[in-house]
Amino acid sequence: MLEVRDLRISFRTEHGRVRAIDGVSFDVAESEILGVVGESGSGKTISLLAVMGLINDPNAVIEGSIKLRGRELIGLKASEMRKLRGREIAMIFQDPMTAMTPVYTIGWQIAEQIMVHERIGKKAALARAIDLLAEVNIPNPREAIERYPHQLSGGMRQRAVIAMALSCNPALLIADEPTTALDVTVQAQILDLIRKLRRVHKSAIVFITHDMGVIAETADRVMVMYSGRVVERGTKAEILLEPRHPYTKALLDSIPPLEGEKPRRLKSIPGSPPSLLDLPKGCSFGPRCPSRFDKCAEKPPLEGGAHAAACFLKAAP
Amino acid sequence: MTAAPLLEARNVTKQFVIGNRFTAQGLRTVHAVDAVSLKIMPGETVGLVGESGCGKSTLGRCMTRLYDITGGELYFEGVDITTKTLRQMRPLRQRMQMVFQDPYASLNPRRRIRDLIAEPLRVHLRLSETEVRDRVRQLLDVVGLSPDHMDRFPHEFSGGQRQRIGIARAIALEPSLIVADEPVSALDVSVQAQIVNLLADLQERLSLTYVFIAHDLSVVRQVSTRIAVMYLGSIVELGSANDIFAKPSHPYTQALISAVPQPDLKKAGERKRIVLTGDVPSPINPPQGCRFHPRCPFATDKCREERPVLTEMAGTRSVACHYPLTA
Amino acid sequence: MLLALIRRFGQMIFVMFGISVLVFLIFFVTPGADPAARIAGRNASPETLEAVRKSFGFDQPVWVQYYTLMKKLFVTQDLTSFVNRGWKVVPAVIDTIPVTLSLVIGAAVLWVIFGLLVGLIAAATRGSWIDKSLMALGLIGCAMPVYWLGEVMNLITQSRYHDSWMFSWVPPLGYKPLTEDPKGWFLTLVIPWITLSILYIGLYGRVLRANLIEAMQEDYIRTARAKGLSETRIMLRHALRTSLISFVTLFGLDFGALVGGAALLTEVVFGLQGVGKLTYDALQNLDLPVIMTTVIYASFFVVLANALVDVVYILLDPRVRSA
Repeated sequence: MLEVRDLRISFRTEHGRVRAIDGVSFDVAESEILGVVGESGSGKTISLLAVMGLINDPNAVIEGSIKLRGRELIGLKASEMRKLRGREIAMIFQDPMTAMTPVYTIGWQIAEQIMVHERIGKKAALARAIDLLAEVNIPNPREAIERYPHQLSGGMRQRAVIAMALSCNPALLIADEPTTALDVTVQAQILDLIRKLRRVHKSAIVFITHDMGVIAETADRVMVMYSGRVVERGTKAEILLEPRHPYTKALLDSIPPLEGEKPRRLKSIPGSPPSLLDLPKGCSFGPRCPSRFDKCAEKPPLEGGAHAAACFLKAAP
Repeated sequence: MTAAPLLEARNVTKQFVIGNRFTAQGLRTVHAVDAVSLKIMPGETVGLVGESGCGKSTLGRCMTRLYDITGGELYFEGVDITTKTLRQMRPLRQRMQMVFQDPYASLNPRRRIRDLIAEPLRVHLRLSETEVRDRVRQLLDVVGLSPDHMDRFPHEFSGGQRQRIGIARAIALEPSLIVADEPVSALDVSVQAQIVNLLADLQERLSLTYVFIAHDLSVVRQVSTRIAVMYLGSIVELGSANDIFAKPSHPYTQALISAVPQPDLKKAGERKRIVLTGDVPSPINPPQGCRFHPRCPFATDKCREERPVLTEMAGTRSVACHYPLTA
Repeated sequence: MLLALIRRFGQMIFVMFGISVLVFLIFFVTPGADPAARIAGRNASPETLEAVRKSFGFDQPVWVQYYTLMKKLFVTQDLTSFVNRGWKVVPAVIDTIPVTLSLVIGAAVLWVIFGLLVGLIAAATRGSWIDKSLMALGLIGCAMPVYWLGEVMNLITQSRYHDSWMFSWVPPLGYKPLTEDPKGWFLTLVIPWITLSILYIGLYGRVLRANLIEAMQEDYIRTARAKGLSETRIMLRHALRTSLISFVTLFGLDFGALVGGAALLTEVVFGLQGVGKLTYDALQNLDLPVIMTTVIYASFFVVLANALVDVVYILLDPRVRSA
């Protein structure tokens, strides 16, 4: 349903053009959960902001193609894009503490979104808001619509944000680290909720996270990003059990285990992710890669069919 | 353990008063840390874990006397430091240091690295300028940074490198105790592992004692010898890291561990997830009886009325629960 | 919420009481000076001095003196000036209040409307030439001293171009009471309103623009965009509403201060017999009872305006209501 082809995003800055996204392609099928993993600066958030049409920077240059159910989104008129946002594609953000306008009630903010997209009265919109809050397991939804964001706990607020995102039954929901700011026990509740909503609403979900554990619990397919490129993609089992790209492997190895024997030292990746201003030539993971060889001075293409890795080592069978 | 504890907290309590007496609610008391007793032995790493509002950071700051405590007593190397003034604390500060979560915020952006690291040396020790420079060079080397970086400013470093600078500052005076407050939570996973390894190396080389505060359970398990699980201002379970994770005794510990999402798909089928209901209650108005009872799947009337105290079980384990899971 | 309001007003009364005590102490109980001599003015005769002593009860304990003064100010209102013999001070101050209020309220209406417009338009067109020229004009408005601007206005409308079609409607300087001559009231005040408001339009426009631009960076604005709202709606409903808080704070402080006498220069330039002008004259004559009364009046107004600002806060920001 969502087809992204060769997406390139760059920013004009005083240091010249900075390429944030370099030829990213991916698909999302109806009612599947695609997990997008990467560290800060990997471009995972910005590529999905592009899908939302939410890159407002006048210095941004966006090229490539983003098709939602066959309709091209790049170059779409602002007013047309606005009609899609919130109705066809919705997005929830990382920090529920600041995601809602502090001076309006939860009910008002949910009803606002419904009323913008549908011909519906305020009463009917509020009634829908109550149903939505009930659906995301907020206790006493009738009272909750009268609450202001600051009166709810973090977990409850994230539920309200999710209810708002679902209010127009979007075909695609983009969740940008929706549980990172929450406590572990609350995170478990929200992950349960997201799985349940996928079953009920049949929305496709793109789940952005840096946490491989969260991926294991939610995603069907996974896409691993590193400095603006997709380095590996495949099903959850393929990525977590038989990672092909050295970066994916190293990332999985650097997570301390929760059970069994403690390793004396953690396997870590030397160095830090490259600055976008100064990307290495060829494979951008090259300088930190343990299995680097001569060929890595060229840019590796993403090859290998369904389970693809952008690495010369693995592409050769 | 027969040795004397390096740091001992006896019934340490910390309350904050917030609000304004002219607003509707008036002044309110936050019970951040509630009668916590804990002994830190030399050479060990004690992990403090818990969710937001459990008081782990506050306890860490009380231990280093960054906060004055409301009640209880603190002993460092056998000396009562409960009521020491700032001036009296100064010589002791060399022996106990803190490392903070946000390496971006804890370094003055307008000063060069050499000055940032040299600052504690200049304040506490009488060294000549060449001695200071040699020491800074040596410290940078110890934490894995090139001495060529001495003249750079903090913004020229990545998050992981900045945390290395923060650590270099903390070990500059050769302390015996380092309280690290979420030192790796702002870092990317790949960099996090580097810092965890660095802390382990330094512990060995400089025979340091750590109090390691974090919300990430897998990191805490990795670095700690003992772990104290906190909930709403109190320690609910205390014991060796391996034991606690293998066989949690407190229902909260059990739920907390089971809630951590793990990337290991092979074991996913075997694991039983316990999803707690509700949120952590506010430390302004903690529940009566056992503070965990509103969310506890096993709560009885006794739990609602009587507050369990931290009692020693077999071995080194202590639990504050009327019905511990592993008897 | 009602409780919060009552508390806030209780606090206000308490502060006002504190101010009255402080003013009393400064004027009456300062050591080393005879308050009677100061009240009586320069070169007062021994009989006058004696009358002052009796009238203010300087032979009695301090708290009785305070009580006497408060009674003269608020109950009997017969505090008399000794510099201008027999002049009743309290009615004189009360007489000036409508003048100052007319001036300041009219100007406030102008500066709130235009301040909002300037701020909103500049923030919406950020970086464009419209934004840049509005900000430049705002800076000029802030920088022009009000007495100079007033004199220039007078020069243009009262003498140079008074006979042209543009300004022939401008009446001579002075004040016409609203109840007696509404049209005259309005016409005499138009030019003073514009003069006084220009400074504040510049200031408020700039402050609001900065606040709006800051608010537009907030996470909840991104959420609002993700909801598919129009930019206009985002600006007016989401960004403006949260930016108004500092706008209102500023307004309360400025309005209170102006009503309390800070519009002095405008009043002097346009020959308006307001509170500021009265204080100014009293200072020149060292007329202590008048100074004292206007000081208390002015500080009460600042306190009242601040209390009202807090009430507006409670209405604007739900977080204040419960926190």
